[in-house]
Amino acid sequence: MSSIAIDLPYPFELGFMQRALLASMCVGVFAPLIGTFLVQKRLSLIGDGIGHIAFAGIGAGALLATSELWTALAFAVAGALGVEWLRRRRLASGDVALAILFYSGIALGVVLLSLADALDAQVLGVLGGGGVAVTAGDVLAIAALAVGVVALVVALRRPLFSVVTDDAWSRVAGLPVDGLNALLAVVTAVAVVAAMRIVGILLVAAMMVLPVATAQLLARSFAGTLRLAIAVGAATSVAGLAASRIWGLAPGGTIVLLAAGTFAIASVARRAVARSPVRTQA
Amino acid sequence: MASAAPDVATASPLLVAEGVTFGYGREPVLRDVDLAIAPGEFVALVGPNGSGKSTLLQLLLGGLEPWSGRVRLFGRPPDRLPDRGRLGYVPQRPSLASEVPATVEELVASGRLAEGRWWRPFARADRDAVRHALESVGLASLARRPLNELSGGQQQRAFIARAFASEPSLLVLDEPIAGIDTGSQRRFRDALVHEITEHGAGVLLVSHELSAVAHDVDRVVVLKGTVVFDGPPAELARSGVSLGVHAEDLPIWLEELG
Repeated sequence: MSSIAIDLPYPFELGFMQRALLASMCVGVFAPLIGTFLVQKRLSLIGDGIGHIAFAGIGAGALLATSELWTALAFAVAGALGVEWLRRRRLASGDVALAILFYSGIALGVVLLSLADALDAQVLGVLGGGGVAVTAGDVLAIAALAVGVVALVVALRRPLFSVVTDDAWSRVAGLPVDGLNALLAVVTAVAVVAAMRIVGILLVAAMMVLPVATAQLLARSFAGTLRLAIAVGAATSVAGLAASRIWGLAPGGTIVLLAAGTFAIASVARRAVARSPVRTQA
Repeated sequence: MASAAPDVATASPLLVAEGVTFGYGREPVLRDVDLAIAPGEFVALVGPNGSGKSTLLQLLLGGLEPWSGRVRLFGRPPDRLPDRGRLGYVPQRPSLASEVPATVEELVASGRLAEGRWWRPFARADRDAVRHALESVGLASLARRPLNELSGGQQQRAFIARAFASEPSLLVLDEPIAGIDTGSQRRFRDALVHEITEHGAGVLLVSHELSAVAHDVDRVVVLKGTVVFDGPPAELARSGVSLGVHAEDLPIWLEELG
């Protein structure tokens, strides 16, 4: 797969572009799916927060001279569960809990990396956005992640919907509220860590929020929001990647800007539709 | 209501509280509270603000543990109830603090999760129960509408339909008619009476505004830290106990009963 490209037109005719296409499309599908539940919980920034605590995990991996993927994953899962714990104990509101995670994560990462003498541009690149150097193994990993996340979230969409929309009722109804919140936190952490190596934190964290923001403007149901968010996520991934190749732009940034632009257009369009009956009367 | 239901006197009670005492600090908020609800019985719990109504409800639903005394839901401790679907709960002033749109049907469907086995996919019985719950509150035609496009009264009925969806044998409603229009109150009353007469459900209604259901209630329980009255509404209107409550904030509907 790394040498043979299938027959796709420009700008996806080359193998490396096809691998980048698959990887970013996978992120464009699973990130909005998770993100719809996170936005409903008012935890829109958790993807970024987890990414930053994973950065501390990379620092710990460098210091211990062990696999950075596993230390990043351990830090991210612990951080995501930590946010849940702070929220549940009402020790911090959602956004303060995120801020604590965010800043302590990146500070710890910088300190650990400097101790390991590994604070260089390449490590910092993880925070920005990856290039398009996606290997065949990366594509397999991210596709497996996408299938797993989609299967799990689709299967548990009703209890997750109930828990993120009405905590008090869900507890009386006997749903394992804390367990489902923890599951969502762990799935988010795993998705962020797995994807950030390949496409960068920027892309995976932004794709958890921006397509959802667009979809909730236009959809009229929760299921419709999920479907539309995935459609917007996948479409902006393809279009953004194509644009980045054609005009020689950074792919992650281009996709995110396109997703933000889609939101802007959707909100203007929605206002226009909302106003139109008044206008015709006037 | 009791006349239309199974034999209230002999049926084993759905909910029992015996000598329940509880407080948050050193002083108890509730002292020695007794309460029982039988199948098919419609019980209204009233009391002034700060009388411990919300606290009692939490104790009855298993959210709090009493200092002393005991609570039994369907014969079991409420926090160890295997089939939560037998309990239909409508929280106080529920609102879907929703960032993401959700339809009436999606909300009501989540009521089926209380049946237990919340991980399983929905079957035909689930869809039928959701449709039935929507019909019983008169929202079938609005099933696909987003909740935030509905009036306050319609939203309230959607939350009641969620409680109906698990086909409960006991309904617990916390201030369900506060601030909703009279048309919605009437539909709410009809839906409750339907659950009691058709399905033999017991109802515990906590409310200040009972005018919509004044003629349907079997028993009124007046709470002021402890139970100061427990009996039929007509008796309350005659008894001396009612006057004490009356002076402070006796609900208007008691005067109507005269």
